[in-house]
Amino acid sequence: MTAELSAHGLRVEFTTRTGRVARALDGVDLRVRSGEVVALVGESGSGKTTLARALIGLARPVAGEVRWNGSRLDRSARALKALRRQVQLVLQDPSGALNPRQTVYESVAEGLRVHRLVSGSDKTEAELVAAALASAGLRPPESLFLRYPHELSGGQRQRVLIAGALAVQPQLLIADEPVSSLDASIRGEILALLLRLREELGLGVLVVTHDLGLAWNIADRIAVMYLGRVVESGPTEEVLTAPQHPYTQALLSVVPEIEELEPVVLRGEIPDPTRIPAGCRFHPRCPALASGEAEEVAESCRTVPLSVLSGEPDGHRSACHLVSAREGAVPASSTETEEVAP
Amino acid sequence: MTDLAAPRLSARHLARQRRLASYRRTWRAFRRHRSGVAGLAILLVFVLVALAAPLLASSDGLDVTLANGPVLGAPSSHYWLGTDDNGRSVLTLLIWGSRISLLVGLSATVISMVIGTLMGLVSGYFGGWIGRITFRVTEWMLVIPFLPLAIGLATVLGPGLFNIIIVIGVTSWPSTALLIRSQTLSIKERAYVERAEAIGGGRWHQMGRHVLPNVMPMVFANTTLTVAGAILTETTLSFLGLGDPTRTSWGSMLDSAYQVGAITTGSWWFVIPPGICVVLVVLAFTLIGQALEEVLNPRLRARR
Amino acid sequence: MSDASLLAIRDLHVTYATGDGPLPAVRGVDLTVERGQIVGVAGESGCGKSTLASTILRLQPSNATVSGTVLFDGRDVLTMRWGELRAVRWAGASIVFQGALHSLNPVHRIGDQISEPLRIHNPSLADRASRQRVGELLDQVGLDPQRARSYPHQLSGGQKQRVMIAMALACDPELVVADEPTTALDVMVQAQVLNVLSTLVRERGVGMMMISHDLSVLADLCDRITVMYAGRVVEEGPARRIFVEPLHPYSAALSAAFPRVGDPAARFAPSGLPGDPPQPWLLPGGCTFAPRCPRAAEVCLPAEPPLTSYGEERSAACVRIGEPDAPSVEPASGHVS
Ligand SMILES: Nc1ncnc2c1ncn2[C@@H]1O[C@H](COP(=O)(O)OP(=O)(O)OP(=O)(O)O)[C@@H](O)[C@H]1O
Ligand SMILES: Nc1ncnc2c1ncn2[C@@H]1O[C@H](COP(=O)(O)OP(=O)(O)OP(=O)(O)O)[C@@H](O)[C@H]1O
Ligand SMILES: [Mg+2]
Ligand SMILES: [Mg+2]
Repeated sequence: MTAELSAHGLRVEFTTRTGRVARALDGVDLRVRSGEVVALVGESGSGKTTLARALIGLARPVAGEVRWNGSRLDRSARALKALRRQVQLVLQDPSGALNPRQTVYESVAEGLRVHRLVSGSDKTEAELVAAALASAGLRPPESLFLRYPHELSGGQRQRVLIAGALAVQPQLLIADEPVSSLDASIRGEILALLLRLREELGLGVLVVTHDLGLAWNIADRIAVMYLGRVVESGPTEEVLTAPQHPYTQALLSVVPEIEELEPVVLRGEIPDPTRIPAGCRFHPRCPALASGEAEEVAESCRTVPLSVLSGEPDGHRSACHLVSAREGAVPASSTETEEVAP
Repeated sequence: MTDLAAPRLSARHLARQRRLASYRRTWRAFRRHRSGVAGLAILLVFVLVALAAPLLASSDGLDVTLANGPVLGAPSSHYWLGTDDNGRSVLTLLIWGSRISLLVGLSATVISMVIGTLMGLVSGYFGGWIGRITFRVTEWMLVIPFLPLAIGLATVLGPGLFNIIIVIGVTSWPSTALLIRSQTLSIKERAYVERAEAIGGGRWHQMGRHVLPNVMPMVFANTTLTVAGAILTETTLSFLGLGDPTRTSWGSMLDSAYQVGAITTGSWWFVIPPGICVVLVVLAFTLIGQALEEVLNPRLRARR
Repeated sequence: MSDASLLAIRDLHVTYATGDGPLPAVRGVDLTVERGQIVGVAGESGCGKSTLASTILRLQPSNATVSGTVLFDGRDVLTMRWGELRAVRWAGASIVFQGALHSLNPVHRIGDQISEPLRIHNPSLADRASRQRVGELLDQVGLDPQRARSYPHQLSGGQKQRVMIAMALACDPELVVADEPTTALDVMVQAQVLNVLSTLVRERGVGMMMISHDLSVLADLCDRITVMYAGRVVEEGPARRIFVEPLHPYSAALSAAFPRVGDPAARFAPSGLPGDPPQPWLLPGGCTFAPRCPRAAEVCLPAEPPLTSYGEERSAACVRIGEPDAPSVEPASGHVS
């Protein structure tokens, strides 16, 4: 059976200290199924972590819904626990996410104990923990059982976190920046691990990152976020080799070592989510608008908001007035953008 | 199966060894605090004396009817610390009094710690009305002057060793609760607590497995300070005549000394020894508490 | 010529005294930085990059023992008199420390923090002149001069990092050392900071040493790269060639760790290096990289391979280069050093 976790028009708001409302997610549609790797990319502050947290019920949406296998997730303790039995989150910061007073064994066994999985299995707890550690690439697992987090390297901590998530044998894994704090040499190993789990266990993975190279390494599909919205999504090959949205193009151009592209370094930073610009939320920083390339749609860019990009996994979509205008002119294009039209 | 049992057994064995090693590490760090070690030594002497009281002095010496010494006799070769107004040996009273003083101090502290830790955890961990109400209650208890409250309660409950313990226990927890609350507030924001939630653990799991173990060191360090306070309170209450009249404690000794005018008659041996004992024990607990706090609180440790 | 170079580090050794015995963090490193050149230092966590940087201004921790020479403009920093060293620290070279952006003083405006060294240096400097200089510096690093009035908490990570660079530039140094200036920043902000750095070198002709564990960033920005492993240089050469056709298996692993987006070979094939770097006080005998090396063989075990020249301007420390399944480059001359 394939599991499916999806977000529909998800909106999450935070009240800042000054009393203003920050809309960290502003209508997001996204779908992840078991057996596929989806990458969620975007600059810092685009709402990636907030989406990951909302998907397993850690952040409460003010609008929209999360669906698990097609049915709406209610927020009762039972429903959340049942969801978290199948969907596991690996948090962004490996050094803070392990209790300093728990051994590796206790940290990994936590999920087994919470969901009482040992009694339903023919294996002992120690065997299950050892298997989880081994599948996260920590061998021999017994040698790590009694270590405390401060006795591990950063890469080992990250793998212990992954092992803790794998111990309950989830169908989906959400990994928030799984390698950003790690050395280059360890990075590849963790990514290979995620791919192997997909092969061996049919695991579905939503990997959150700002690293497009990582997405190219492991993701089947990619969703690009900007200021609380998905602005482009589609198969990784298409999105990364033929990006449509000027934001994706800019992100791609600044990845070191892509020589074919003249780097388009966007000025400034992502705007504060308490003040989302009118019209297309990207227009104040849009290089296409600034260069005059988007002259014919400039008015819409500044005033007409774009609709939420569908989360259906088929085709390559982007939320951009310029792209829709061009698509309109060339209807024979293979890409689908009808949801984009305002 | 047998081959699997062996590593598991040894794993548990190893875990115990690790825990021992960590205690040993803490002990080694503690030993480096000279003042803490001094406090511990003083305390040990008092505990030994309290435990060995029947060996050191016969309990008959407490009985007024059996007392045969001089009334308020000065220290002599027979009565090293003199006698009280009933002709009992002050040394005997002091030795037996240490039992009551330590017992009251420790028991009251246990009550105070349990209530304080629970209230602190709950008011820090739960938002919403539970957190608000518990916090309010703590604040109220804190602003009500402590001694009048204790006196009032003791008067209502009536004298008695058990009542004294209860009175001290239920009046001394608010400062502990505030301390635990502030620790809890910072620990519940840690990523590992969020991870426990993401794994599917409920609130009690998060609180019991992650928040509580991480505030425990604070509780320990605070315990010693509370013991000191409880012993002082016991002394005060006994001195005010609110203690258990049937038992001798340092406080009740001071009380009777005051009653019979030991100070005006110059019978210093009836006043100073219990006073010094109280000061020494309180000092010992305070020194241990300060040292423990530095050993167990990594932030303070880093500054050294 | 080494003595004409802006910075020439020769046979540098740094050993820390620790509770577990001596810890050799840097073991015989050579490195040269010319004016107008950016030299990258790559290597994984703990290989001694920051330690190397700190010796340039003799800022190493007090438990470190240093030997070798660090020639700044031909003068040895390690032995120079205090007054001379102070002059170098003032106007010769400046370091942007790793993670220093977190140590900005939260209660002072950033303008005051940038101008502080200026005013200590030149107490007669008028307020207006110093304000103008701060404005120039902020402008140079791509920040609005108005930002001088902000407090650190009002700035994002990338902006704070740029403030750190502005501070490093305050006294017009000839050499800038940037220790992991873009780690923990997202790609766009990283690109902004790197832009600032390369513009600086191009327009002001300063020399720069840039430390990172991301070889792709260095390949993009630097002229030359030095790859370190366990306190030693394992490969040195022109940036692009190290990235594209590395000689040492360790450089190859670092280079492969960051795929080129669009490269079909990297699709679903992340490449990593198994194992952890060696504990500095438990270095394996022979080649220190051998336990993790995909090409390790018998010949690697007897002794640590010396840095050997391959071609005009490259060198690497691996005895297996040129053997059957290695990159086909012929050993040219003898040992470098
Ligand atoms: N608890 C919170 N309270 C207030 N604002 C928040 C909170 N969490 C997130 N935000 C805001 O929501 C926005 C999105 O944050 P989020 O952490 O989801 O970004 P991100 O894409 O994960 O960034 P990064 O790459 O830095 O992790 C940011 O502007 C952030 O300041
Ligand atoms: N003050 C010190 N005392 C003892 N050992 C130290 C000290 N500073 C660093 N070390 C050790 O020296 C080695 C090299 O450290 P260094 O900070 O130079 O590494 P690095 O390459 O900069 O690593 P990173 O990428 O994590 O910054 C490490 O093993 C480190 O633990
Ligand atoms: Mg995030
Ligand atoms: Mg460093």
